[in-house]
Amino acid sequence: MALPQAKLDLTEARLAALSLPDGAGWANAARADAVARLRAMGLPTRRDEYWKFTSPETLTRADAPRAALFHGDETPLYAGIDRLKIVFVDGVFDADQSDDLSLEHVSIEHLADVTATDIHWARELYGQLEIAGQDPVDRPLATLNTAFARDGVVIRVTGKVEKPISLVYLNASESSDAILHHLVRVEAGGDVTVLENGPAAARFNKVMEISVADGAAFHHVRAQGRDHERRAVTHMFARLGRESTYKSFTLTANGVLTRNEHVIELTGDDAVAHVAGAAMGDGARAEFHHDDTVFITHDAERCESRQVFKKVLRNGAEGVFQGKILVKPGAQKTDGYQISQALMLDDESSFQGKPELEIYADDVVCSHGSTTGAIDETALYYLRSRGVPADQATDLLVLAFLAEAIDEIEDARLQDDIRTRLQEWLERRRQG
Amino acid sequence: MLEIKNLHVKLEEEDKDILKGVDLSVEAGKVHAIMGPNGSGKSTLSYVLSGRDGYEVTDGSASLLGEDLLEMDPEDRAAAGLFLAFQYPVEIPGVGNMTFLRTALNAQRKARGEDEVSAGDFLKLVREKAKALNIDAEMLKRPVNVGFSGGEKKRNEILQMAVLEPKMCILDETDSGLDVDAMKLVSEGVNALRDAGRGFLVITHYQRLLDHIKPDVVHIMADGRIVKTGGPDLALEVEQNGYADILGEVA
Repeated sequence: MALPQAKLDLTEARLAALSLPDGAGWANAARADAVARLRAMGLPTRRDEYWKFTSPETLTRADAPRAALFHGDETPLYAGIDRLKIVFVDGVFDADQSDDLSLEHVSIEHLADVTATDIHWARELYGQLEIAGQDPVDRPLATLNTAFARDGVVIRVTGKVEKPISLVYLNASESSDAILHHLVRVEAGGDVTVLENGPAAARFNKVMEISVADGAAFHHVRAQGRDHERRAVTHMFARLGRESTYKSFTLTANGVLTRNEHVIELTGDDAVAHVAGAAMGDGARAEFHHDDTVFITHDAERCESRQVFKKVLRNGAEGVFQGKILVKPGAQKTDGYQISQALMLDDESSFQGKPELEIYADDVVCSHGSTTGAIDETALYYLRSRGVPADQATDLLVLAFLAEAIDEIEDARLQDDIRTRLQEWLERRRQG
Repeated sequence: MLEIKNLHVKLEEEDKDILKGVDLSVEAGKVHAIMGPNGSGKSTLSYVLSGRDGYEVTDGSASLLGEDLLEMDPEDRAAAGLFLAFQYPVEIPGVGNMTFLRTALNAQRKARGEDEVSAGDFLKLVREKAKALNIDAEMLKRPVNVGFSGGEKKRNEILQMAVLEPKMCILDETDSGLDVDAMKLVSEGVNALRDAGRGFLVITHYQRLLDHIKPDVVHIMADGRIVKTGGPDLALEVEQNGYADILGEVA
């Protein structure tokens, strides 16, 4: 079917502004294929089913809107945690600021290096989960990423990795337009934690493809924040083997536009996938629009999936949640849970939730809930009657509201770090 | 300490007068009790004094140590030394009891220009006070009042009172939902706080709480007014004859 002319024009305009990375290598074929697929599906517009609540216009247009750099003096996230740091500035790897990439039970390479090698395991993964994730819903911005990403990390985990691998995204330019594509392959029995933080770029398009083998574990903690005017679209594509674990948590504060997608396929029996997000939006300084879009497919028996998404919105901030659980025929004893909640601190903010369940097996437990509410006035009064000022009492209740999502982080140190950072953000905001 | 003069209060939402001219004066070091039938305005008085939304003061005044209470936000009233032990303590999921207590204590100290209490000193203070009220470490770790039994909630209120050391304590039906043992524990907690610099206003429906917390003065409230004031014997009279006799006598 031919694309509408507007979509065609939009896609061609964007393609014209991009160039494929130079150099030979196996990735050229994958990139050419991605360009062809992108041309066939076209970039998203508001008319597309999964973009009804979020305007993709600034994500798809040829040039990245400028985003002022935010100069704060807060302690960087994970500062006290022993980790292997890999730094990108405006989407470009910065060797000087990064740690040495050698670590036991893991090999870490750069996409730019491995694409030039003829024989590499990454070839079997690059773009493959992204392609699988296009059915039944198109994710053209991820396809664009596969075509044009210049760099990323390529991680292969063969055992339990002692310390987290920390991807730090700094930005130095107000008009940077960064595209990164990471690959993570966790082999049987492997266990790794990947951290992400930083504003990244004025416009950031990131894809991470994660293959988790039988009995392996992948943990992910991410913080998106800092720059008020930045924009980001991210995709996490994961495929889980038997008895494997995937746990991801994202904290988001600030950002004109953030769209985070998780596309997870449970393909081995007894696999577990937990996805959680805590977003705190204040539309006062710049607009705030946050969209979590999740698609979890159960295609094996006795798998468990959990989605916990919480948003605190004020001053015209907008929150969106689109979460789907698809249980394929034969995926018996599936345990699927999904909750999305918004706490509105005023009447100007908005939240749109679209929970979806599609079940083709008869012996499953799936539940979902979505709520939108204001602060509990009785609790607020109780706290104030004990001497806690109204704004501080509100912050306590905000933290309490987000707790269920933060509790999903398994590592206690990381959980503390995220909670402390949230408290500091709230405190700074309170003190103006 | 607490001076209430000709206090008239109505509900914000409807034109219904609840308090119709309350006069009451509680001195430092004294325990005053307010008794009265359901609907007489006892709880409303406690809410208005602590600054709960939904009420409108149409006349009169209330002050604590010379400061106009009615002009203050609830948190400022607390910092000024007012404490209300709730009839129905509020459950706050996600907020730890210890975090709550420490935040409250330090906020009050900050408002009064005092130094904050360090984490170590605070822990010591709470453990000591909690022990006397038979509150274990587990209860301190749990979210505020969540999953607490009726007795645990009331003990938790008294713990807050003991830690915050207010000047003027109002206890709203603290005996409701308590069995005999719990009532004894709670009363001991209250009695331990009695001293020359602190005033108490004990609101209760029944005389039995006053067996444990001995009042200096007893007031009978009916239809939004204090209709009779007397010594501890007045409470016994209510217990024996009910409110009808006293109210009939006043009418």
